[in-house]
Amino acid sequence: MAFFIETLIGGLMAGMLYSLVALGFVLIFKASGVFNFAQGALVLFAALAMARFAEWLPAWFGIESLALANVLAFLITIAIMFVAALLIERLVLRYLVNQEGATLLMATLGIAYFLEGFGQTVFGSDIYKIDVGMPKDPVLILENVFEGGILINKEDFIAAVIAATLVTLLTLFFQKTATGRALRAVADDHQAAQSIGIPLNRIWVIVWCVAGVVALVAGIIWGSKLGVQFSLATVALRALPVVILGGLTSVPGAIIGGLIIGVGEKLSEVYLGPSIGGGIEIWFAYVLALVFLLFRPQGLFGEKIIDRV
Amino acid sequence: MKLSKLAIAAAMAATLSAPIHAAEQFFPVLVYRTGAYAPNGSQWANGYVDYLKLVNAKGGINGVKIAYEECEFGYATDRGVECYERLKNKHGGATVFQPLSTGVTFALTDKAPIDKIPLITAGYGRSESQNGAVFTWNFPLLGTYWVAADVLVQHVAKKEGGFDKLKGKKIALVYHDSPYGKEPIALLEERAKMHGFQLMLLPVAHPGVEQKATWLQIRQQRPDYVFLWGWGVMNSTALKEAQATGYPREKMYGVWWAGAEPDVKDVGEGAKGYNALALQHGAEPNAKVVKDILTLVYDKGQGTGPREEVGNVLYMRGLISAMLGVEGVRRAQERFGKGKVMTGEQVRWGLENLDLDQKKLDALGFAGVMRPVRTSCLDHMGSSWVRIHTWNGTKWEFTSDWYQADEKVIRPMVMLASAKYAEEKKITPRTPEQCKE
Repeated sequence: MAFFIETLIGGLMAGMLYSLVALGFVLIFKASGVFNFAQGALVLFAALAMARFAEWLPAWFGIESLALANVLAFLITIAIMFVAALLIERLVLRYLVNQEGATLLMATLGIAYFLEGFGQTVFGSDIYKIDVGMPKDPVLILENVFEGGILINKEDFIAAVIAATLVTLLTLFFQKTATGRALRAVADDHQAAQSIGIPLNRIWVIVWCVAGVVALVAGIIWGSKLGVQFSLATVALRALPVVILGGLTSVPGAIIGGLIIGVGEKLSEVYLGPSIGGGIEIWFAYVLALVFLLFRPQGLFGEKIIDRV
Repeated sequence: MKLSKLAIAAAMAATLSAPIHAAEQFFPVLVYRTGAYAPNGSQWANGYVDYLKLVNAKGGINGVKIAYEECEFGYATDRGVECYERLKNKHGGATVFQPLSTGVTFALTDKAPIDKIPLITAGYGRSESQNGAVFTWNFPLLGTYWVAADVLVQHVAKKEGGFDKLKGKKIALVYHDSPYGKEPIALLEERAKMHGFQLMLLPVAHPGVEQKATWLQIRQQRPDYVFLWGWGVMNSTALKEAQATGYPREKMYGVWWAGAEPDVKDVGEGAKGYNALALQHGAEPNAKVVKDILTLVYDKGQGTGPREEVGNVLYMRGLISAMLGVEGVRRAQERFGKGKVMTGEQVRWGLENLDLDQKKLDALGFAGVMRPVRTSCLDHMGSSWVRIHTWNGTKWEFTSDWYQADEKVIRPMVMLASAKYAEEKKITPRTPEQCKE
């Protein structure tokens, strides 16, 4: 029983991180109708910038405090992500207003490849460290209830709390602010939104900036856990089954979907893996998402679109 | 501004392939300087290319200069094969291929006999390709994964007080779910049958960043030892998960591809006590060959990678791999003509007649780095000396004596597997008489 609970908790904590990245996909899709394939590359790019500036700033300016170096690196990276958002809008998206969804998807694929290559060229392709003081050692709880107790990874726990906080803030931003409502209006219909005076270009810059911040937070959490290196771009794509499951337009869907996928893949690996060869959690997440789609093609909380013929 | 390693590599792209002139020996270089495995692959590639530059700086192989050209394949088997096809006929024909990928090695094993180009797979590739009677073009020099797995079992048996003490013990193999990671399974299953230990197989999907479920199983099953067969980010992730689940790093043993600086430096103190096999050498910053490279290559502004990485574990692995190829050519020249460019077939003869004794190795600058290698037509491995080194939190230190694989265990497996391969591919194995030709 203790082992099952440990696996469940591990899955929930991993799921919270998937939710965070999935939110990056959902945000951009809600605001612009673009399926942003570059979200993984944004995570890698942001984490690389954060890690390298945290390393370079002390060397350049003799900063001794790790915390100060991290804060400065964080601020510089935020600025870089904002500039990147601006450039993406100016150089790519501006010319694709009202184009087919597939065209926009291909454009984000191009952005992904560019960011991956450019990031590694500027910041390097080695493994870099982000040290934000996350505890690495585990803690045991409920030792008097279960033999051997239940092991909680403190780093995962803190990461899950940070992710949950950010998810809550973004949900409030979307539901309760004027900008959030404008973002949703743009997502519904570009032309209609423009006709009532919503500045489409500014909205796109804002949403890519927000996606950049989400990517940075995800990059810091994952970079701290795994080290900052190329695989972060692929880790972020683990959120794909989450958006399939949760629905591309739903913030709660991204959250619940993330938790279901996180728990599902861990339980499948631990309990099904040994009987069918192991190493199944990555593809099992997609199987789980596809099974859901059989019953709810729009995803758990996605909007059911009915087109009149 | 301090340029990153990749930026330097990009800036030097124009110089990555040496100018090709007539009568140069062409060494194609398959590399992965980008992608998930770049932190490890680029150090190996830097060592490989730097050694070729060193040979040229010293006048070439008996006067024959080396030409080389890199092809980036990102550790993807299909792209690796594409690189092979692109380079095999360039500049008068490739001398030897060293793909640094077991997946690519599997794919090229069928192609090498047709194109007549030897494959050196020092410390990787197909374990049964040690048998030169069947695998006439493969050279898994210095050791195979069966050697690695065998030495690990020998080492833990020694720690427990003998092979009989392994009965009832539990050993987990955490492996990269690829041809590379699966290679040691056959040997470990054989040893498990012999000594009565239980083998837990725990595959990890590429690239190896998701291991939570794997380590939860380890926490539940509490194996006595964990053998780690990872590559790239999978290794550091495994160590971090071991720390997060409280599994003692002292009980963890990595293969020689899981025992270099990129695997542990990000984990630092968390990896303290972790052990890995050393394919003879470790980090060798004080070796004479390293000093030669610093003087004759780096001091002249021709170094391939960052100066501070020269002498690292994987850098040395690449450097030794290049040296083995160069010595194959040198040996071939002894028979087919000094100062001439050798064909793939001639180099194959050189590689299966290698005799690098300690005196020759010392003269090449490898004193204290490696032990003698002697191949034959039927034995394409040449030696199987292995040591263990342990991460002390800041650097790798040797912590064991030398081991050699137990031929009584490995030989029958090699013969069986290579006979099966020969039957499948309708190959008639060479006889000792044919070897004399």
